[in-house]
Amino acid sequence: MKTETITARFQLNYGDFQFAVDLQLPGSGVTVLLGYSGCGKTTLLRCIAGLERAAKGYFAINGTIWQDSQNNLFLPTYQRNLGYVFQEANLFPHLSVIDNLRFGLKRIHQQNFDNDKLTAITELLGINLLLDRMPDRLSGGEKQRVAIARALVLNPDILLMDEPLAALDSKRKQEVMPYLLKLQQEFNIPIIYVTHSQQEAAQLADTLVLMENGHVQASGEISETLGRIDLPLAKEKDAAVVWTVVIIHHEPEFRLTTVDCSGYRLSLPMIDASPGSKLRVQIHARDVSITLQAPNQTSILNVLPAIITGINDDLDGQTIVQLQVGQLTLLSHITRKSAQLLALTTGLSVFVQIKGTSLLH
Amino acid sequence: MLNDADLAALWLTFKIASLSTLLMLLLGTPLAWWLARTPSKWKGVCNALVAMPLVLPPTVLGFYLLILMGPNGVVGKITENLGLGTLPFTFSGLVIASVLYSMPFVVQPLQASFSAIGRQPLEAAATLRASPLDTFFSVVLPLAKPGFLTASILGFAHTVGEFGVVLMVGGNIPGKTRVVSVQIYNHVEALEYPQAHWLAGGLLVFSFSVLLILYSTLKTQPSAQPFK
Repeated sequence: MKTETITARFQLNYGDFQFAVDLQLPGSGVTVLLGYSGCGKTTLLRCIAGLERAAKGYFAINGTIWQDSQNNLFLPTYQRNLGYVFQEANLFPHLSVIDNLRFGLKRIHQQNFDNDKLTAITELLGINLLLDRMPDRLSGGEKQRVAIARALVLNPDILLMDEPLAALDSKRKQEVMPYLLKLQQEFNIPIIYVTHSQQEAAQLADTLVLMENGHVQASGEISETLGRIDLPLAKEKDAAVVWTVVIIHHEPEFRLTTVDCSGYRLSLPMIDASPGSKLRVQIHARDVSITLQAPNQTSILNVLPAIITGINDDLDGQTIVQLQVGQLTLLSHITRKSAQLLALTTGLSVFVQIKGTSLLH
Repeated sequence: MLNDADLAALWLTFKIASLSTLLMLLLGTPLAWWLARTPSKWKGVCNALVAMPLVLPPTVLGFYLLILMGPNGVVGKITENLGLGTLPFTFSGLVIASVLYSMPFVVQPLQASFSAIGRQPLEAAATLRASPLDTFFSVVLPLAKPGFLTASILGFAHTVGEFGVVLMVGGNIPGKTRVVSVQIYNHVEALEYPQAHWLAGGLLVFSFSVLLILYSTLKTQPSAQPFK
């Protein structure tokens, strides 16, 4: 079986905004385009969808070419087998929920479209009781779930999502996020997800693309990209890495769960999932401290051996330390004074104390 | 009460207004769509041309149309060569003049409602496999329904009320170009005030009813842009 990939090369000039992107992405899983507003992430998504007709370039997904400007090939949006979820759900206000869902279906001429699949999708997104409603009678979160369903029923080759949570308040975000997580488990559709929220990226991304000023700053597997100390992300107050861990057992008397990560054990606050389940946890750089010897008396449960693989002094009064724990990368923010007192250097074997982790899912 | 000539005038007015409204919708819809969407530099010129009848005295428009469509005008020569004769003082001529005269009342509401729709629903439709033409009929038309209602009613009512252009282009030929407004003028000239009252009062009631229906319907119409 050939490797599935997405190739995206685009160029676009908007006066003083130069947009130039050359990306190779895996043809499966969730790719998150992360960056501040105005960095060009939405433009990239619109180029992929064919909504920016002025963009020159090349786009191919798993062997199908949608745009090749050198050969004057430009498939109009309506001929591309994609699903697009807009920041504001963008439902048709004159159509009921079910007619919104059927809008695309009618046009792909699937007369014998599997009604079971439509039902499955509406149930998955929890909108099966809203089908007869008009869009103006839906909450923001419901609208966005209908919009996701409307894109999914077309069985697209790729699902493009432009900040689908940005227009929602935090409570609604919490409402929609579980559906997004289910989406990637239930459907084997590659997703490109645009956001400015690091939290959403940490929760969803398999691949992370950082964008700045119309260009790609870095792209790669999420755990690797988040662990790079040469990127501005590592300097932020909320800098964090994500680890995938497996539940080993629970300690109900302490309300703790022991998990395995790359051969090491971590104790996390009790997690409601059975042993063997895979989880994604986030470890903030500010929650990681470094000692030269294994501390034998400490209140911190999670102490792991590590090797320093990089040090960055760029941050004001702070030092960013990159560490390797087994196969995993970890970041630590410590004061520059501590770094000097401990004489930390690359290659040094140390111990890390992890003061806290947060469960992503 | 109304005599036969009055009834003929009413019927003629109704025919002209209906036909003109139909033509204005057919021509005005693509024009308004183009004006609402184009980044072209000709947009301003076009907008100004369409809006001209709003500010011009109807006699000016009528005068130039008379010259254009007359035997020595450009349009007149073409129609004569085509064996259609000249258009002034005919029913067709009157319809053409009405279309030009009332066009802003059709184009402007349409243009406003097309602009209000914005690009978002169009892009959503494109991502759902709808071609541009399909999108126009399945998304734009339903969303612009209030605009079409306003355009049709204003276009029709304004054509019913025209006088100056009719007099210049159509003259005063019974059953052919003598519309209600001209008929009222004839009555007043002949000092037939009671007859004038019937027609004038009728138009007054008609105009008020039309506008009342329009505004009360639009108020209850769901807004065309809850795209938030």
